[in-house]
Amino acid sequence: MATSADVDAKNLARRYGRRWALADVSFTLAGGAVLMVAGPNGSGKSTLLRTLSTAIRPDGGAARIGGFDVVREREDVRKLVALLSHASYLYDSLTAKQNLAVVADHLGRSRSNIDALLDRVALGRRADDTVATFSAGMRKRLSFARVLLQEPRVAMLDEPYGQLDPEGFVLVEDVVRELKACGTTVIMATHQLARASAIADEAILLEAGRVAWRGKASEVPC
Amino acid sequence: MLIAALRKELLLQWRSRAQFMAVFVFGAAALLLFSFAVGPVAEMLRQFSAGFLWLGLLLSSTLTLAESFHAEMENRALEGLLLLPANPRALYYGKAIANWLQLTLLGIALVPVMVILYDAGTTRVGSLIVIIALGTAGLSAPGTLYAAMTAQVRSKQTLLPLLLFPLIVPALLASVKATSLIILGDPMNQSSAWIILLVAFDAIYWSLCGLLFGRVVEE
Repeated sequence: MATSADVDAKNLARRYGRRWALADVSFTLAGGAVLMVAGPNGSGKSTLLRTLSTAIRPDGGAARIGGFDVVREREDVRKLVALLSHASYLYDSLTAKQNLAVVADHLGRSRSNIDALLDRVALGRRADDTVATFSAGMRKRLSFARVLLQEPRVAMLDEPYGQLDPEGFVLVEDVVRELKACGTTVIMATHQLARASAIADEAILLEAGRVAWRGKASEVPC
Repeated sequence: MLIAALRKELLLQWRSRAQFMAVFVFGAAALLLFSFAVGPVAEMLRQFSAGFLWLGLLLSSTLTLAESFHAEMENRALEGLLLLPANPRALYYGKAIANWLQLTLLGIALVPVMVILYDAGTTRVGSLIVIIALGTAGLSAPGTLYAAMTAQVRSKQTLLPLLLFPLIVPALLASVKATSLIILGDPMNQSSAWIILLVAFDAIYWSLCGLLFGRVVEE
């Protein structure tokens, strides 16, 4: 599954109104690698992930995921990518199991591994409870299960540690390692530099929408 | 994909079935208020009954249509489906069919209210149900598209009827005329012409709106 460059961004730019949230961002990422995207609030981390996952269109530059252009070949990119977003993408009135069933049905996949996925994110006991009754951390866990259900080639995780308890932190790290072992490319935007740098291979630091630093994750300036 | 989208819509509707009761009560209250406007003249009430039924249904439909996108927007669930990737056309038809079924059920539920309030009974119940189904199809096709357009706007409750009402005038007119002929009698068999107009309206808007939905919901 993995190729030499699963993610290839060239001069990627995106603006909201007159403000450039992302400007001239370029990087490549090899298949199966884990990239940590760091930076202060408003530096463009989420915008980068949303642009690469085709949730929003870039206003300049280009990006390819698995060789497919994020603008012209959006549908092909979407088949390869799963995004863990700030928004949970969940239906509050449905149960945890029903939410995953909706995803499985739309992907044309079997529902058979839903129970196992819910157990994997420690929500097995709450499988038949509606999402409206879930805490923020439980919603994040269910969103993680949603990403795993997609079996993506490239997983984009926006603030994967957000709202999670210490057990959840371990879950994130285990899942990222599992994804990496399966050859999945992972991009995660986070403020948890110490934790994330332990599981990431590479890192980029964004400041005001621009790449301020790029290097090995173990050498990221804190 | 369409089956998956429809199944999800029906599940969401079942989960919020209390909303259906609220919309039915709203529609029934509207019919009651219309009867006050005319006064206790049985013949006039019967004459206007079809128009009142469709006005009640139209007003209720804006609540149903706007609500149908509430669940999609609260956690950006619709964006999540589009990124899977789900086919936008399948998502549209799933939602439009679910809205159509709900509005048809609502229309059928309001018929006994109309009969009681306006003494507007008919023996051609089957024909009446067909007209309700065709008329609500004319409401739900553009209504679902406009509900998607206005779902993220703050004043969606105002904007949706403003956009929808002018567009569905032909469907509303045909529905009222055909229903009226069913209730009051149709010696010249004029209702078939109105039904043909309804079918044509439905065919155009069900095709067109399905094509446009992807452009409406994608950035």
